Amino acid sequence: MFSRDNWKEIFETIQKNKLRTFLSGFTVALGILIFVVLFGFGNGLINTFDDFFSDDATNVFMVFTGRTTMPYKGYKANRNIEFDNSDIADIEKNFPLFLEYISPRIVRQDTVAYKNESNNYSIYAVAPSHQFSEMTIMMKGRYLDVLDIKNKTKNAVIGRLVEQDLFGGRNAVGKYIDIGGSSFKVIGVFQDDGGDREERNIFIPYTTRQLIERNTDKIDAIVIGFKPQIGYAGAMAFEKSLDKFIREKKYINPQDQNGIFIRNVADQLRQNQQFARVLQIIVAFVAFGTIIAGIIGISNIMVFVVKERTKELGIRKALGATPRAVIGTILLESVFITTVSGFVGMLIGIVILGSIDEKLEDFFITNPYIDIPMAIFATIVLIIFGAIAGYVPARRAARIKPIVALRDE
Amino acid sequence: MIEIKELHKSYKMGANSLHVLKGLNFSIKEGELVAIMGSSGSGKSTLLNILGMLDEADSGEYTLDGVPIKNLNETKAAKYRNKFLGFVFQSFNLINYKSALENVALPLYYQKVPRKQREEKALKYLEQVGLKEWAEHLPNELSGGQKQRVAIARAMAAEPKVLLADEPTGALDSKTSYEVMDLIQKINDQGNTILVVTHEEDIAHMCKRIVHLKDGVIVEDKKVEQVRASQYV
Repeated sequence: MFSRDNWKEIFETIQKNKLRTFLSGFTVALGILIFVVLFGFGNGLINTFDDFFSDDATNVFMVFTGRTTMPYKGYKANRNIEFDNSDIADIEKNFPLFLEYISPRIVRQDTVAYKNESNNYSIYAVAPSHQFSEMTIMMKGRYLDVLDIKNKTKNAVIGRLVEQDLFGGRNAVGKYIDIGGSSFKVIGVFQDDGGDREERNIFIPYTTRQLIERNTDKIDAIVIGFKPQIGYAGAMAFEKSLDKFIREKKYINPQDQNGIFIRNVADQLRQNQQFARVLQIIVAFVAFGTIIAGIIGISNIMVFVVKERTKELGIRKALGATPRAVIGTILLESVFITTVSGFVGMLIGIVILGSIDEKLEDFFITNPYIDIPMAIFATIVLIIFGAIAGYVPARRAARIKPIVALRDE
Repeated sequence: MIEIKELHKSYKMGANSLHVLKGLNFSIKEGELVAIMGSSGSGKSTLLNILGMLDEADSGEYTLDGVPIKNLNETKAAKYRNKFLGFVFQSFNLINYKSALENVALPLYYQKVPRKQREEKALKYLEQVGLKEWAEHLPNELSGGQKQRVAIARAMAAEPKVLLADEPTGALDSKTSYEVMDLIQKINDQGNTILVVTHEEDIAHMCKRIVHLKDGVIVEDKKVEQVRASQYV
């Protein structure tokens, strides 16, 4: 069945029936192409959602304060809630099982200057453990340490782009910069996968910031890293008891939507990932629909091809073609066209996905890709169904008596 | 070469059946050129289809070159057709996307003859029918007479025991008809057995024997003095 002679016969038939070949090939190629591209977009969507969070640790709560809106235990509404250093100590004391690290955070906008260069930056006053929650990567020098906090040193860790802006590419470590009127020594330069904005931040010890602000002990927000092994359910439970604990300590009505806010990164990530998965399932569903449409398309073409060739097949049978030879001719031709155009469609799809890369990032599609085995699997599925779709009418054609086929004008 | 005994065939037409062949008996020896004549509906095409294994008889015996033809499945019938029989049809039945040469070579493809030999042989037969120069032309570039000659070359290429021609001149004008008959006579002169179904008296008389069919029975079976077609060409 697979002799060179057979192939030659098939090639000749294909060459001399260009429109037919083109139509069936086009259907298959387009089906696979759309499948690959859609499937790739689905993956790109997932990538985007993953990217949103990949620069920060996911085992993190951020606790913010606000103004109460309900009276509680004799306290009036519209009371401003503030954290101070004692809250950090209390949380550490009460949740040792859940807690991995804790860091205060005070953010200020300040003008930062070095010689003639100056610019506005966000100054984060934090504890050393803040490095884990932001996943800050040190390029040179060091991060803040316990001694910086204890001694309230005027040390600063600056982002890669701050160094670039102020020092024009020269090494900033060891130099002194002016932050809001106070002189700080640069002890390290960091980078962050979170993008340009995060690389324009500056970290200083929170105790130093409190000292500058008239020796206060107030804190804007608390960053809490919980132990990853407590899992999603553990994190949710921790969030709940932490919320209760703070509300009790600060006399905030349990029903009050304001007062304090806990941002659970893990929960948000999970929700977003679920959303992305649902989107991907929808996209995959559409993609498989395309494959099925492709199969139906090739079935239609095969029925038409066999109908069109009925007389020719009758002639071939009269000249001594066995039913097997008739089925073989049609099937091999169909499988050949499907295989070639299927893989062409697949390759074009992969090339398109490759060229899109990051161009569609604005539409939430980052680095769309399709696993090669997945693409090949889809192509093979289409080839197999194409063969089945060809086999059914081919077998019918092989059964037609030549005399009937020849009468078919 | 061909032996037929008590051949019956009927077609079902809804509730009633149409008895087309009502017990035919005859035999054809090697080298004969036989015309089967009859008006339409006499059963001559049915007979030819049965002889050509394109159709099956209901009862009766049919022996071809000493081989009993019965209970054929499709594959076997295809092999016998390929080995024993060459067909010439009224409507030529050439494959329109294949050149004359490829058409002639097609039965050899199913005999699994290697490509080179196939083309050589096909060219030889095209030369015999005088169309060597037209080998690369497609059927729609040929005239009716040329098409039929290609069809005859194709039928002969497989070197069959018997050549079956169903109204080979039915679609041709008389001058072209005589050319085709001249060719058939020449092939017969080389010793080939040929059966021609026709309803034209002059064509029938260019054969050596005429079998008259009427309403499914043989009413006449006579040897005739052959009229050579070459004198009209």
